Amino acid sequence: GLPGAGRAAPDITRLKPNTYEEITTYNNYYEFGTGKEDPAENAGAMQTDPWTVEIGGLVERPGAYGMDDILKGAPIEDRIYRFRCVEAWSMVIPWNGFQLSHLLDRVGVQPGAKYVAFETAVLPDVMPGVKRNVLEWPYREGLRLDEAMNPLTLLATGIYDKPIPNQNGAPLRLVVPWKYGFKSIKSIVRITLTDSQPQTSWNMSNPGEYGFYSNVNPEVDHPRWSQATERRIGGGFFAKREETQMFNGYGEEVADLYAGMDLKKFY
Amino acid sequence: MADGINRTARRIPVWPLYILGVVPALAEYALGLTGRLGVDPVKAIEQQLGLYALQLLIAGLAITPLRRYFGINLLRFRRAIGLLAFFYVCAHLATWLVLDIQLLWGQIWRDILKRPYITIGMAAFAMMIPLAVTSNNRVLKRMGAAAWRRLHRLTYLVALLGSVHFVMLVKGWQLEPLIYMAIIAALLLLRLDFRRMPLARGA
Repeated sequence: GLPGAGRAAPDITRLKPNTYEEITTYNNYYEFGTGKEDPAENAGAMQTDPWTVEIGGLVERPGAYGMDDILKGAPIEDRIYRFRCVEAWSMVIPWNGFQLSHLLDRVGVQPGAKYVAFETAVLPDVMPGVKRNVLEWPYREGLRLDEAMNPLTLLATGIYDKPIPNQNGAPLRLVVPWKYGFKSIKSIVRITLTDSQPQTSWNMSNPGEYGFYSNVNPEVDHPRWSQATERRIGGGFFAKREETQMFNGYGEEVADLYAGMDLKKFY
Repeated sequence: MADGINRTARRIPVWPLYILGVVPALAEYALGLTGRLGVDPVKAIEQQLGLYALQLLIAGLAITPLRRYFGINLLRFRRAIGLLAFFYVCAHLATWLVLDIQLLWGQIWRDILKRPYITIGMAAFAMMIPLAVTSNNRVLKRMGAAAWRRLHRLTYLVALLGSVHFVMLVKGWQLEPLIYMAIIAALLLLRLDFRRMPLARGA
């Protein structure tokens, strides 16, 4: 049950989720290596219990929140979302999680806050990828506050009713289904409310290719990949490419957030 | 040791190389069709065929330095290696066209023109065509050795562009494509005749 979320997307009921195996063996998580299979192979040693998330910046109740505390009273739901990678492949993933707005309401957002910044853990002992400078670590992402408060925006804790595997971003990851997958930051250790737009990793690394918003948009091309169509993972050899939908099909829920903005400029 | 290798190499016929050389491509497809290449077999095959092509280009470029610096003569295998490299580039391209982008010609054409890494890959492919067409004794004789050798220096550019294609298509600065590029650059640098450089001549 997802109030106000999947209901409006007309094809949500006929979305067939990818298999658990597909979702958990084909991952981009560069801290564990740049190959798609690397995270599943290398992430096993990461300890996610205990886990602490530093919540700070413009909040009423800053502090180090343990996972138990974060999950206390969190209304965990099932959400079947399309997941669209900037590399032009996609999946459908049955997440378990709760709305980010729930956590933000609990810690109390101060009136001056306009953005939310996130950081992934950096654990050199168990993350072979952070020894190389493919990106500047820690991995950083950010949302505008209204995007963060949107009912679609999820903090995921599980997949297929199982605890989320390490390679998918255990124990707590963001899911923003109308944005390219790299916005959905994994293994979050820090959440900071700010009054200015935070830096994001891919934008820092290559601003011409990755913007702050990174909404799924078939009309705005990535310099290296056309975003007009996508390949659904799991269809095997002869699965037909599918047309990519504006906002990944979640326009009814989120288009208002960008009313009046030139999405070619704010890509 | 070089003599031993040369003696053995002289005894090995070249033709089986053409047959053995295509086996990895067939194996890759067999693995993909039987579900043993992970959940995205098309991408896995596409990437592996491209890697084989680069590896064969490197092998072809290694022949001259091996002879010059180590006295190992594998020249008689070079044509087969080059033609196999062309075969793998064709298979890589065909996999992209048919299984990945699925003959959406509008998108294919835009990709070739707009995406620098695809433009570069296609240019390298196009340059390999005259090399493959002239890789037989009949044409070699008609062209003359000097003209043939001049034309086949295009291989240097093909290999370099192939590695640039690889570096550019991955996200971020990844190690593996940079290693390929460094090996190719090193093999090309070894061809420079330092004794004939202006500086050395002046000294």
